[in-house]
Amino acid sequence: MAPRIGVFICRCGINIAAYVDVPKVVEYAKTLPGVAYAEENMYTCSSDGLNKIKEAIKKHNLDRVVVASCTPRTHEPLFQATCEEAGVNKYLFEMANIRDQCSWVHMREPEKATKKAKDLIRMAVAKAALLEPDDEPEIDVIPSTLVIGGGVSGMRAALSVADQGFDVTIVEKEPALGGKLRGFDSLFPHKQKASEVLEPLIEKVTTHPRIRVLTESRLKSVYGFIGNFDIGVETGKGVETLKVGTIIVAVGAEVLKPRGLYLYGEDPRVVTQSELEQLLHTGSVNAEKIVMIQCSGSRSAERPYCSRICCNEAVKNALNVTEKGKEVYILYRDLQTYGIHYSRLEQEAKRKGIRFLKYQADKPPTITAEPNGLKVSVYSPTVNETVEVTANMLVLSTPLVPVSDAKELSQMLKVPLDSNGFFMEAHVKLRPIDFATDGIFVCGTAHSPKDIGESVAQALGVASRASIPMAKKRVRTAAIMSQVDQTRCSGCGTCIDVCPYNALRKNEKGLAETIAAVCKGCGVCGATCPEKAITMHHFTDEQIQAQGLAALEED
Amino acid sequence: MSTFEPNIVGFLCNWCSYAGADLAGVSRIQYPTNMRVIKVMCSGRVEPGMVLELLEAGADGVMVTGCHIGDCHYISGNLHTKRKFALLQRLLAKTGLEPQRIRLEWNSAAEGQRFANLVKEFTEQVRAVGPTPLKAPTPDAAKLLNTRAALAAADGFRLRALVGKEEKLVTEGNVYGDKVAQDEFTEAMDEAVETEFQVHRIHIMLQERPRSVKDMAKQLGLQPKAVLGYVVALRQRGWVDVKEAVEGTPLYAAQ
Repeated sequence: MAPRIGVFICRCGINIAAYVDVPKVVEYAKTLPGVAYAEENMYTCSSDGLNKIKEAIKKHNLDRVVVASCTPRTHEPLFQATCEEAGVNKYLFEMANIRDQCSWVHMREPEKATKKAKDLIRMAVAKAALLEPDDEPEIDVIPSTLVIGGGVSGMRAALSVADQGFDVTIVEKEPALGGKLRGFDSLFPHKQKASEVLEPLIEKVTTHPRIRVLTESRLKSVYGFIGNFDIGVETGKGVETLKVGTIIVAVGAEVLKPRGLYLYGEDPRVVTQSELEQLLHTGSVNAEKIVMIQCSGSRSAERPYCSRICCNEAVKNALNVTEKGKEVYILYRDLQTYGIHYSRLEQEAKRKGIRFLKYQADKPPTITAEPNGLKVSVYSPTVNETVEVTANMLVLSTPLVPVSDAKELSQMLKVPLDSNGFFMEAHVKLRPIDFATDGIFVCGTAHSPKDIGESVAQALGVASRASIPMAKKRVRTAAIMSQVDQTRCSGCGTCIDVCPYNALRKNEKGLAETIAAVCKGCGVCGATCPEKAITMHHFTDEQIQAQGLAALEED
Repeated sequence: MSTFEPNIVGFLCNWCSYAGADLAGVSRIQYPTNMRVIKVMCSGRVEPGMVLELLEAGADGVMVTGCHIGDCHYISGNLHTKRKFALLQRLLAKTGLEPQRIRLEWNSAAEGQRFANLVKEFTEQVRAVGPTPLKAPTPDAAKLLNTRAALAAADGFRLRALVGKEEKLVTEGNVYGDKVAQDEFTEAMDEAVETEFQVHRIHIMLQERPRSVKDMAKQLGLQPKAVLGYVVALRQRGWVDVKEAVEGTPLYAAQ
């Protein structure tokens, strides 16, 4: 029976439609062999778009669906679920990535981008025509979570997972739990002592019967998939192996120490905000006049991002030292005291005489070390003149930066980092604490600079996300797996040699067979079998061939 | 400035390189439009024959990308990719097509910029080599024959079995515990590649029409004795036989 393929082409608002001529592509799609129906959608992933897929399946009697939109890495499961709701097996669905790998990377070449979009859809349609329905095997989920990082985010996530009745192991590289919070004196916006938050939390974590803490330990290796991860942890006593079902990344961030910037590292009177916190903590702030410089090392060419917490930290610390009778100037570019609490703090700071002076990015303050103090000269665009202040202490509001081993970790976990080096979520709005890889989640400042409340909100979020598959006890794994044609197998055993999971074995006839629950679907056996006796479901030789040959056709 | 726009196919593994390509998109890093992507779960799924088939069909270039060595989502899949790609390079060398038409690279999920650079570099690399000589309707007949022979050799039992066993033979040894040195293996592989390539070249020629050994030796630029050796091998496999004898010279044909 000839296939009846429906093609749904997403405009993604302007993300695709501004660079790819979508109506033209729809007309083209209608001419492709096997295509029974094609339409465009403003957002195919919206409930309206999904309903249109379901309606079209019924109305046009479609038996396969192609969506041309963003990346299957984020949206394939959603569209597959929609197909299933309308009675089309999820393995009869195929995607063409015309946004992440087309419109967004060819923004200056709309004609070529349109041609490429047509080609990608032709390839997807060619594969779709050869797709076959499949059933998914279920696997058991190990009821245990690995939390990487024992800061406030990691601990809060660990507690929440453990309270749901699952085992948790926290791996922390430092000798003690607590993370960056250990270096803080008080916390904004309510001036609570950091130790009052931290100590009870550490107490709860270390005494919880379901939580194990490995300090001075580092992740060494990660293998496996959701439900069955094999973890190697380097502890002081050697390498320990763990078996967990889910993983939470809560490695936090580091504070930039900007050697050379504004005499930092050269003059002891220049400190960072977090070093000021420690001085406040020990009660040893020996300066009468303090100047703080915001965006020290951030919102620059090297680090273009806003570190989100520094304005609030500066205002908090300024208020704390003002209470001790000190005079404070805050030099800022744009004050980001967002939300209810922080804008109130800013008002309070202004009432209490803390002086806010705006400076321009292209005319940063200059610092001269003098015996009686640090001379700060800054051009103020507000009064259009250069203001000079001689301070006893200069405090730099430096950004949070990714941890030094973020790249190594990201490669081990096979999850991406963003352009700034922070761990990147699967989708900024719809999946803000998931990674694209199933079973791995991110929270806290590992993801981006944020305050404690925001970090804890994410920590509780990931605890819930990580617990779902464990509570369900089983997850369905993809039906993308190998199958040996017993009539063609010669029993040479090469497939067994190359399989990294021992997912193939010889049966009583001496011929190879796949153990479905163990197979992960890489396809190495299929590519290797000397007799070409192995079919890789959903990535068959014929499907790949059809896709490739379609790529070379002219439209 | 050449206006030639190469047709390039890229095989990307799902976990690292495809994710890296998505990251280039999310980061709005611009790169040339020439590559059409086929997603596979692991770069180890890509068979030398799949690449040769695309070249035969008129692709100007084919790139294969996987996770960095040591970072494979499937533990060791990319080690097999590496060995399969080495076989592909050996076969491509027989065809007379330029080695610059294929490329194997590792690209992580975090390397969006690197992915964009790779596409740009490879597009320029292929553009510099020029259009494929195999494109219809006027393909270079000799190179087309060679490519078809290389493809048949790549899909045949002998080379697939050899490359499939390579990792184990070189790193662990065979069932008797005998480990094969890499250079010994390479030598055996070179011999096998040459034999399979020639055998398939002759087989394809004999599928077209019956020919004599002398006739084929002339066309292929080989010694008649060598061609006869391959014909004997083909007869042993039952793929060809003597069709008729013309003035005492046997003409062979594919079965």
